[in-house]
Amino acid sequence: MTSIDPAFSERAQAPVQEANQARAGIWLVGLAATASWIGVAALIELWPEIIPQPYGRELAIIALAIALAVAVVAATGKLLGPVAGTVRYYGPWFIAAAVLMAAWEVVTAKTGWLPVPFFSSPQSILEVFFDDWARLAESVYHSVLLLAKGYFFGALAGFLTGVTIGWSRAASYWVHPVLRLIGPLPATAWLPLAFFLFPTSGSASVFLIALATAFPVTILTWSGIASVNRDYYDIARTLGAKPSFLILKVAIPAALPHVFVGLFMGLGTSFAVLVIAEMLGVKAGLGWYLQWAQGWAAYANMYAALLVMALMCSGLITILFRVRDWSLSWQKGLVRW
Amino acid sequence: MKPYLKLDHIDKSFTRGGTRTEVLKGITLGIDQGEFVSIIGHSGCGKSTLLNLIAGLTKVSAGAVLLEDKEVDSPGPERAVVFQNHSLLPWLTVYENVNLAVAKVFGSTRTRAERHDWIMRNLDLVQMAHASDKRPAEISGGMKQRVGIARALSMEPKILLLDEPFGALDALTRAHLQDAVMDIHARLGNTMIMITHDVDEAVLLSDRIVMMTNGPAARIGEVLDVPLDRPRKRVELASDRTYLRCREAVLKFLYERHRFVEAAE
Repeated sequence: MTSIDPAFSERAQAPVQEANQARAGIWLVGLAATASWIGVAALIELWPEIIPQPYGRELAIIALAIALAVAVVAATGKLLGPVAGTVRYYGPWFIAAAVLMAAWEVVTAKTGWLPVPFFSSPQSILEVFFDDWARLAESVYHSVLLLAKGYFFGALAGFLTGVTIGWSRAASYWVHPVLRLIGPLPATAWLPLAFFLFPTSGSASVFLIALATAFPVTILTWSGIASVNRDYYDIARTLGAKPSFLILKVAIPAALPHVFVGLFMGLGTSFAVLVIAEMLGVKAGLGWYLQWAQGWAAYANMYAALLVMALMCSGLITILFRVRDWSLSWQKGLVRW
Repeated sequence: MKPYLKLDHIDKSFTRGGTRTEVLKGITLGIDQGEFVSIIGHSGCGKSTLLNLIAGLTKVSAGAVLLEDKEVDSPGPERAVVFQNHSLLPWLTVYENVNLAVAKVFGSTRTRAERHDWIMRNLDLVQMAHASDKRPAEISGGMKQRVGIARALSMEPKILLLDEPFGALDALTRAHLQDAVMDIHARLGNTMIMITHDVDEAVLLSDRIVMMTNGPAARIGEVLDVPLDRPRKRVELASDRTYLRCREAVLKFLYERHRFVEAAE
């Protein structure tokens, strides 16, 4: 996590540079992408459906909008700045996405090759976003809120525990065996007990998410503190540092790369617990939405919820990585998200 | 006259896993104010341990380190250290690394503006003011050592301890930094103690060279006076008879009388 082949980032930059060089001439990939998305729009609009679909017109308009956006970037070149750079970088992806979209459209709405209720057409998922967006938005809100509470307390507890046992031999003596016994236990195993012990399913879920987050954060913080270069302490001590300074200004900054690995792993496990807690106890959130949609055999709603959930999880991890990049800017060779 | 810094019959041993290793045995040495003393010896002879004792990072097993008649048993800002590497904290900028020391020493006696000027003055002294906002990963090894020296000097220490400060640098950078240290020594008159295993470096920079025997239980084998006038110019000294005599004396000590035996490790 913390270090990787330094050539990695250079290689990742290379296509962008190629795209930049191509700015002078005509952006062929962009024209191809534009054409593909116009093709998708035409396919949706002109090929009659085997089962009539709502929102076909809207989907075609969206496809045309994408085509237009890519076309604008292809035509204006440097005018749009970094946005254009990103669009150009993902040029081949625009074409691939158009092909996938067309294939998906054909096997569902146009021919019905895939069995209908279980596999939803793009239109029917769009329908969910148009008609049920309020409920989805509310679910995201509840999920993020619950996750934030649990993750905050878990990360805080894990960080403090990790620093304590990393620094103090006595604390390590008492906490380590407990950690070894309880830590590997999946947080979800506590679920029945937690719903029984806590007054509300919400507080039980916060506890479970915190528990799932705390373990990796504790272990990684601990190992981070334990692996701090001893020379740093000597440097600080010759400058007249007291123990509090050694912990706050030397040990913790030096351990931060490890801490962020722990926070990343903790975030991953907290997603799993969040969804399970929402499916089994909490009457809100995306996990609950999935469960509810299954109850009504509303498969399109499930796909839509999964997509939203993927965006949410990915977005949260992106935020975490941004925070890390910002606070670890002194470190070289970080993995990009 | 009593010496400024006195090492009084120092023994140092480490105990690890029930076995006791004697590192230093009966070290006695007096160092005058403003003197430049090098400690030279083969690796593993305990010269870094000796420096750590003076710095107060480790404690003596017997004997005492006395600075102006006061016993040294913990690190203090009057004894600044320049380490071989890892001298800077990588998450702080050059400026912040120096500020770490300045805030500790002058945090209550100087205003913020005065401290800022003082940091910049010390960075200027080692020609690093231009890189004050850079982080250690962005500057070369020689530059890092310059900043390490600036940080040590910014504390206005009574004694500057240099632990193989140029050991990890290429020959050209090392020569530049040696000149810089000589220049600073001439201008500020600090007492300096430098650990080294480079014979030329020891002769060029020192007023006296302390030669250590091989460990375990290393002793001071010999102390050599270097009666060369200052300022010293490395090119002129290359053929100077006194310089060559001193150099030969150190070489003879290290490679004839106290040859490094690998098995002794």
